[in-house]
Amino acid sequence: MTIDHPVALAPAERAVRLLGGDLTEKALRLHLDGLAGVDAVGLEARAANLATRSIKTSSKAWALDTIIRTCDLTTLEGADTPGKVRSLVAKAVMPDPSDPSCPRVAAVCVYGDMVPYAVEALGAHHGDPDQGLVSVAAVATAFPSGRASLDIKLADTREAVAAGADEIDMVIDRGAFLSGRFGLVFDQIVAVKEACRRTDGSYAHLKVILETGELQTYDNVRRASWLSILAGADFIKTSTGKVSPAATLPVTLLMLEVIRDWNRLTGERIGMKPAGGIRSSKDAVRYLVTVAETVGEQWLVPHLWRFGASSLVNDVLLQRQKMTTGHYSGPDYVTVD
Amino acid sequence: MSRLSVPKTYKLAIGGAFPRSESGRTYVVTSPSGEFLANASLASRKDARDAVVAARGAQAKWAGATAYNRGQVLYRIAELLEGRRAQFVDEIVQSEGVTAAVAGAQVDATIDLWVWYAGWADKYAQVAGNGNPVSGPYFNLSVPDATGVVATIAPQDRTGVSLLGLAAVVAPIVLSGNTVVVVANEAAPLSAISLAEVLATSDVPGGVVNVLTGSPAELAPWLASHADVNALDLAGAGSLADGAWVDLQITAAETLKRVLPPVEGAPAPSLERITAFVETKTVWHTKAML
Repeated sequence: MTIDHPVALAPAERAVRLLGGDLTEKALRLHLDGLAGVDAVGLEARAANLATRSIKTSSKAWALDTIIRTCDLTTLEGADTPGKVRSLVAKAVMPDPSDPSCPRVAAVCVYGDMVPYAVEALGAHHGDPDQGLVSVAAVATAFPSGRASLDIKLADTREAVAAGADEIDMVIDRGAFLSGRFGLVFDQIVAVKEACRRTDGSYAHLKVILETGELQTYDNVRRASWLSILAGADFIKTSTGKVSPAATLPVTLLMLEVIRDWNRLTGERIGMKPAGGIRSSKDAVRYLVTVAETVGEQWLVPHLWRFGASSLVNDVLLQRQKMTTGHYSGPDYVTVD
Repeated sequence: MSRLSVPKTYKLAIGGAFPRSESGRTYVVTSPSGEFLANASLASRKDARDAVVAARGAQAKWAGATAYNRGQVLYRIAELLEGRRAQFVDEIVQSEGVTAAVAGAQVDATIDLWVWYAGWADKYAQVAGNGNPVSGPYFNLSVPDATGVVATIAPQDRTGVSLLGLAAVVAPIVLSGNTVVVVANEAAPLSAISLAEVLATSDVPGGVVNVLTGSPAELAPWLASHADVNALDLAGAGSLADGAWVDLQITAAETLKRVLPPVEGAPAPSLERITAFVETKTVWHTKAML
């Protein structure tokens, strides 16, 4: 099963177009260092302001369904088993067994070695989330630390793609990025993107995890976002979920602004995935507001927007049950994760 | 120049904290003769929801404490109540319009009742549980277990129960390891919040006792239909208009809650009130094969 997506580009093609055919580390560095600094106070104030919106009744119902529809249901534990992945898939296909009108989640996100079990368990439900099916996302490149040689990262990626993963979540080398070796980080993303190529020439969707909790400054987040997009990312993702702080609203807003700028510059649409630390529907709705106000509502579709979460779906289901039944629900009425 | 008095703000007690109502609403609490006493928070359904979440979060740990420990924690509350005696007498005199002697008798009755229930914490299981005789090579034991989160309406009478009524519904619920969301006496809620302050400075974990002030008629239906509330004590719900407590009972049946019907005044201390909020768990265990 392959997924068509509108941003299928050869690796590094964007950088070549923006920075010229003679792609050097110097040109890349000049570009990234030339980016304007982030107004941290303004950014946080804007994010805080967006978080005050009150979303009610029919808009809330739409928001809850959108959260489920754009959620990557995730299990990334050392203790994962094929059985756990199968139960996750069962939940992805039918999040609320008491309500068949509940939409499916966008994808299940698992470690690379669990991809075959996820693909097998999904069966006929495996496919493009834009068409109501569920795709399989795999974390690769020595997730979550990214501390492995390039060969191992590429083998990790190829294996997941060959096993049927539609989306690859890779981590950047934060050590290299923080020590200023932008070229190395760029080359690794390009190489991983190349490893996402399937035998038929199409590419698995590449999500690049910046791990913003380790990047220290907003300026670095902006640079890393540009770097990832230039190197061929289809999605940029905040965090692995293994480092605190994980996704925050200001960081997500900042990355969305880069996506907006790139869209204005080239017309291309890059996806965004905040991951980790989003546990309540209320929080998640704030992210939706931020997306709608920054890049526009047309981004709120599974091929441009994802939540990376494990416990969020349960809270959304409780809110959904409250809206349909009129009384408060409880954790006994959703699955135990 | 005369000194300006500093009136106390009476807030809700949810999860060990004292928030105002999320709705921002308050209502005026007066003495029976109509004098202004305080502004109390008028809790909304969302405060009730938050209180249930807090109660659920605290339940496993509270039930996991040993019965002896729970008894000691409750006993310490009685000690603290004794220390704050003057404050409670004062509040009861103001809000019920009774003499200091009558108010003092209510505080004494409250402390005595609390000590009585504290004593049961590590004893009720011996009475309500059993070692069942079976003809096989195994033990068969029935033990009472906490039900979970219990919602209750404190007695709503104007006199005689503002402190005693609250204690008489809360103590039998929490001693077995349940956590409670209690809607205080609407007309006289001051001593309920002061009692919550005593609990907050005692060893009771936050979230075990959550006190809402406001209208039982508004809050009770949300608590009765809440799927994460395991039992409903309607002690003070008899005062609701048009026999509304029957509707609450019917609503509660939708989610298979245990329901205790209304009583007149403050419920008398009894073992039945304890066992109403426990579930009997029967287990077997092999005897040693020697």
